[in-house]
Amino acid sequence: MDNTATEVIDIHGEEHHRGHPALAHHFHSMEQQHESVKLGVWLFLVTEVLLFGGLFCFYAIYRAWNPEMFINANEYLDVKLGAINTLVLIFSSLTVALATRSIQLDKPKQTVGFLIVTIGCAATFLVIKYFEYSHKFHDGLLPGKFFTNLAVEGTNPHIFFSIYFAMTGLHGLHVVGGMVFLGWVTLRTMKGAYSSEYYTPVEMGGLYWHLVDLIWIYLFPLLYLIG
Amino acid sequence: MYGSSEKNYLTYPTGVKSWLFTLDHKRIGIMYLVLILLAFAAGGFFALTLRLELFRSGEQFLDQDTYNKFFTLHGAIMVFLFIIPSIPAALGNFCLPLMLGAKDVAFPRLNLASWYVYVLGAAITLYSVAMGAVDTGWTFYSPYSTQSGGEVISMTFGVFVLGFSSIFTGLNFIVTVHKMRAPGMTWYNLPLFVWGTYATAVIQVLATPVLGITLLLLILERAVGIGIFDPAMGGDPVLFQHFFWFYSHPAVYIMILPGMAIVSDLIAVHSHKKIFGYKLIAYSSVAIALLGFLVWGHHMFISGQSEFSSMVFSFITFFIGIPTGIKIFNWVTTLYKGQISLNTPMLYALAFIILFTIGGLTGVFLGALGLDVHLHDTYFVVAHFHYVMMGGTVIAFLGGIHHWWPKIFGRMYSELWGRIAFVFIFVGFNMTFFNQFMLGSQGMPRRYHDYSGFYKTDLFERYHGFSSFGALILGVGFAIITIYLIASLFNGKKASDNPWGGLTFEWATTSPPPTENFSYEPVLKHGPYDFDKVLPEDI
Repeated sequence: MDNTATEVIDIHGEEHHRGHPALAHHFHSMEQQHESVKLGVWLFLVTEVLLFGGLFCFYAIYRAWNPEMFINANEYLDVKLGAINTLVLIFSSLTVALATRSIQLDKPKQTVGFLIVTIGCAATFLVIKYFEYSHKFHDGLLPGKFFTNLAVEGTNPHIFFSIYFAMTGLHGLHVVGGMVFLGWVTLRTMKGAYSSEYYTPVEMGGLYWHLVDLIWIYLFPLLYLIG
Repeated sequence: MYGSSEKNYLTYPTGVKSWLFTLDHKRIGIMYLVLILLAFAAGGFFALTLRLELFRSGEQFLDQDTYNKFFTLHGAIMVFLFIIPSIPAALGNFCLPLMLGAKDVAFPRLNLASWYVYVLGAAITLYSVAMGAVDTGWTFYSPYSTQSGGEVISMTFGVFVLGFSSIFTGLNFIVTVHKMRAPGMTWYNLPLFVWGTYATAVIQVLATPVLGITLLLLILERAVGIGIFDPAMGGDPVLFQHFFWFYSHPAVYIMILPGMAIVSDLIAVHSHKKIFGYKLIAYSSVAIALLGFLVWGHHMFISGQSEFSSMVFSFITFFIGIPTGIKIFNWVTTLYKGQISLNTPMLYALAFIILFTIGGLTGVFLGALGLDVHLHDTYFVVAHFHYVMMGGTVIAFLGGIHHWWPKIFGRMYSELWGRIAFVFIFVGFNMTFFNQFMLGSQGMPRRYHDYSGFYKTDLFERYHGFSSFGALILGVGFAIITIYLIASLFNGKKASDNPWGGLTFEWATTSPPPTENFSYEPVLKHGPYDFDKVLPEDI
């Protein structure tokens, strides 16, 4: 690690690695720090996959037990709104990736722009979700013992909505978390904290956001398109 | 070559704030150690109370509801607040970066956060205890946990929060082992303590989120009745058991693997001999971690699981015996023709081998389908569990504390009192739990506050009485340890840098180490157990 650091100093005539203010004292180089954070974030994403994995497992089991009820209940979800939300999130995945690319090219203004679009997409997603939820509330399509809609056919349709609300609710919380983190990254970018030498938080925010997107890409067909 | 001795991590910087906001892994390790030992004392108090209630048949001083709450609290505190964080968060935090020759763990702030999250989780659990506690047992089985009168929501939420602390530690350790090793330290030069802690961290990261989602759903089930664990609403309570044990079986390896990790180091260092079968011990930790994910169904042989699933789970359970046996044979072979010093850490390491072998073999009994029908939910299970968890993990933890005490605090404890206390612990432990195997095989069910009026009450009373007497001896042993360890901080002999003659990096720096661990950049020149090639002075 030390050798690489020295080489870079020699080539550019200034201290790139050791001297960067963002380098924590216990790392040898920016590279080691970046790689460590990256591995840490990937491990964090693994825990997220397992957290949602539990819910996907519940989904699979209850769908296997009540296949017809799931198909009947799924009719009550709004495919159009779900599809729009899917497109919104996929588009935001593109913009968050472009944000990382811009900061790698030392264009912080562009980065801020892309990040704001990403956060805007997240907000759009939540607004659409709000309309979906309030419609469900209105129709009594609620989880467990609050379920009052008698029109849904099949055994125990409330289970479908328990799972629907648990999965989309937990996903929604992750969208909010992503907005908070990306908002913080945006502010830091505006203050000039990141450049092509140090952009770890921008990239990590992007990684997390891709996962949030990816989970929705599984939720959409499994909940909305099984009919 | 060595760090300067005046300013060490304990003495500099000073002030309460410098501790509460420290990012130093060694200080965080000590802060964990203090809370974990307090949790152990609380859990131990409940254990002793339970044993006193069972001393004679008939109701002594706890009615059945209080008894149910007490065994729940004993279990929940010991499992979630003590034994899961015990070795990784306290000794692991202290030793891991030192052993790797690093200045700190990869994410010091995350490390401190994990301590605060632990405090928060413990506070929520305490709140639950203060508000009336729970009587569900530490496993929170539904449907009882969704119906019982206690404070189930706050208790399970406390456990949910503690899970984050465990994940933070595990994640931090994995990245630290991957990215923070000193120059020259390849994977096969890692001390075996690091291998074991690494395998543990993998389980912490992979299993804990599943417990998280299960407890969240249990809370939702209780709070708003989502119905997925409630048979009256088309849900399935056995599904809760599946999800709970998908975490909680790997979790017993979170508890035991660090114990095995400590023992591997202790055996090699205190017999001054190169460890036998280094790679096999390292791989067997990883094998246990991975196989541990495939055996959860052996907790549910009589819960209505299909016979075929039970057969598969039973089969894989037997497989766990192989890596475990590999470890035990390698430790014993290491001892062969070693220069064994029978000092306190080594006594605990040897006790571990004996007690864990008993605990492990009785686990094989319980993994056998036919036998489990007879032994399930009896004291045989209680005895097995305590032989692996207490005879295994706690004994190893004690060995580890004694082994690294000179490095952590720079003081030697009284060797004489250390050995005396060991005798109390070893004898007391076996008196408490060995006869519980007999008790269980004679049909005494677990979780009963009173056993009068049973067919074998007289026999049970003899076993129970003996067991309670053993628990008191065990309690005395712990009291002795507490006294001489605390006394050593004030009047203990100053410890040398390398009192046991170890060859790993933590023994190369001063006792206690400076804040940044080493006053130089450590470079690895030899393997961790090359006692045949390297003198302890030359590390």
